[in-house]
Amino acid sequence: MTRPARAALLVGAVLLVIAPVLAGNAFYQRIAALVVLAAISASAWNVIGGYAGQVSFGHAVYFGIGAYASLLAFTKLGLPPIAGAPLGILASFVLSVIMGLPTFRLRGHYFSMATIAIAELVELLVTNWRFAGGAIGLMGPATPRSVADLLFRSALPYYGLFLVVLAILLALTWWMERSRMGFYLRALGSGERAAESLGVPIRRYKLYALLISGAFTSVAGSLYAVMIGFVDPSSGFGILVSVNMVVMAALGGAGTLFGPLVGAIILVPLAEMTNAFLGGGGAGAAYVAYGVIIMLMARYSPGGLAQWAREIRALVSGRRRRAA
Amino acid sequence: MILLQLAADGLLLGAVYALFSSGLTLIWGMMNVINFAHGDFVMLAMYVAFFAATLLKLGPAIFVPLAAVLMFGFGVMVYLALVRHVMRGPMLAQIISTFGLALFLRYSALWAFSANFVSLPDRLAGGVYDLGGIRLAASHLLAGATALLLTLGLHLLLTRTDLGSRMLAVSEDRVAAALVGIRADPMQAFAWGLGGAATGVAGGLIALFFYVSPEVGNSFTLLAFVTVCLGGFGSIPGALLAGLAIGVIQSFSAYWFGPSSKDVVVFALFVALLWVRPQGLLGRA
Repeated sequence: MTRPARAALLVGAVLLVIAPVLAGNAFYQRIAALVVLAAISASAWNVIGGYAGQVSFGHAVYFGIGAYASLLAFTKLGLPPIAGAPLGILASFVLSVIMGLPTFRLRGHYFSMATIAIAELVELLVTNWRFAGGAIGLMGPATPRSVADLLFRSALPYYGLFLVVLAILLALTWWMERSRMGFYLRALGSGERAAESLGVPIRRYKLYALLISGAFTSVAGSLYAVMIGFVDPSSGFGILVSVNMVVMAALGGAGTLFGPLVGAIILVPLAEMTNAFLGGGGAGAAYVAYGVIIMLMARYSPGGLAQWAREIRALVSGRRRRAA
Repeated sequence: MILLQLAADGLLLGAVYALFSSGLTLIWGMMNVINFAHGDFVMLAMYVAFFAATLLKLGPAIFVPLAAVLMFGFGVMVYLALVRHVMRGPMLAQIISTFGLALFLRYSALWAFSANFVSLPDRLAGGVYDLGGIRLAASHLLAGATALLLTLGLHLLLTRTDLGSRMLAVSEDRVAAALVGIRADPMQAFAWGLGGAATGVAGGLIALFFYVSPEVGNSFTLLAFVTVCLGGFGSIPGALLAGLAIGVIQSFSAYWFGPSSKDVVVFALFVALLWVRPQGLLGRA
């Protein structure tokens, strides 16, 4: 890592840690926590969708599994909701194997189509599953029984917790980027056939990527359930949950370490503000905007904002070289 | 008797599925691009039919062709403004572009028309025919028969006409087609137009007896995926058979397991199909 990059990273990290304290307002602190939560799921999506280039439109399945595992652990076993997170991770592994084995034989679009169908199928099944609350959903604890319930009035403790998880995920992604796996995934993302002919065991590495991606998305779902204390089929498994991950990663830069975080920092406050000002109709407006953003990014800048950053940097360094 | 009745209802609905799915399979076959907004095209056509029938008091003989023409234009526009540019780009851009379009259409419709379910007045194609004990609603009969004829027509257009041969040439090999003087671009634009027109007709027909809402496109997109996957990517006769089969499967599962199960059964079938035979029942590996 170059020296300016390391300095920028340090400044960014410090800003992330102190941002909500600076905000000093419950509304903004809540938004800050939601930004980091969205960044976790978008960064998790990024491992399979960005690095490996296997675009999933059904990651809500993992998110919903995590959220339901947490609230089922509370309602059925009387455990604190966070205790459901490991169960969610286990379930996500099983799902990754079921989903990955057949679809990874196929290229590109098939995986995307299959993920939409699986998410839709699971949402329908959960809606009709009375044990898991059916269409009504599940509630978390109303009052904290102990600290383990992680029920706080302020959003700051959640912010801290989410930030730790995000840091773990980004560190893992960073390590993966420079390991053999990172090279394999990038080769995969830029051309499956070429990667395969060069001897990349593509199915195995796609599965590894999906396992990591699914597990962290499930953790994001568990954290969501812990903070919000409620989940129903559409807020857990709905297609819009997947949409959020895709649009944030695509805007910031799919397949880059910090792209999804940047996307979340831009989009979550925007969506929360429109919700606050426009009321219920605001959600629709936000998704119209998301659709436009996705189309514009696909058409003009498939690398997201990260691509702009690279182009600007190249321009600046080119000018400096010419001046010298 | 009830089984025959269910089969007949399923076949008529299935013919409409076949029609809009053949639009999807045509586009896929031409250029290996999936339109994730395909069902939302059908949704737009349904609103065209709804407003033409309620505000302008037009009948299906006028609003179905109207929807076809408008959606033909819309398909060409989507190709020229979006798909043409992302086709040569990275896979990510190809896949998310039409998904973004789907979001845009769905939530614009939600904004403009509200989330309420609406439906066309019954009298447009009212009446029930009794064929030896099988009762068929006139609206279903009209929709099913028209869709069946047009799907066959689309197949004939591709296999029996000069234009169709040129389109097939482009789908076989763009470069070789260009060498014999067939430019890919207008053919692909035309394919998107035809795909749009297929959703236009299907949307206009299905609106005769199906509720209209901004969210309705989502399940049509998935139905089209299942149909195309079952019939083999790029094959219109395949899409026709698969569409009819799915209509019948839906009709029987709604009867046996309750109406809310019909999508569950079809989506489960899709996932199972991807497991065992991803190239489709009639498709080549």
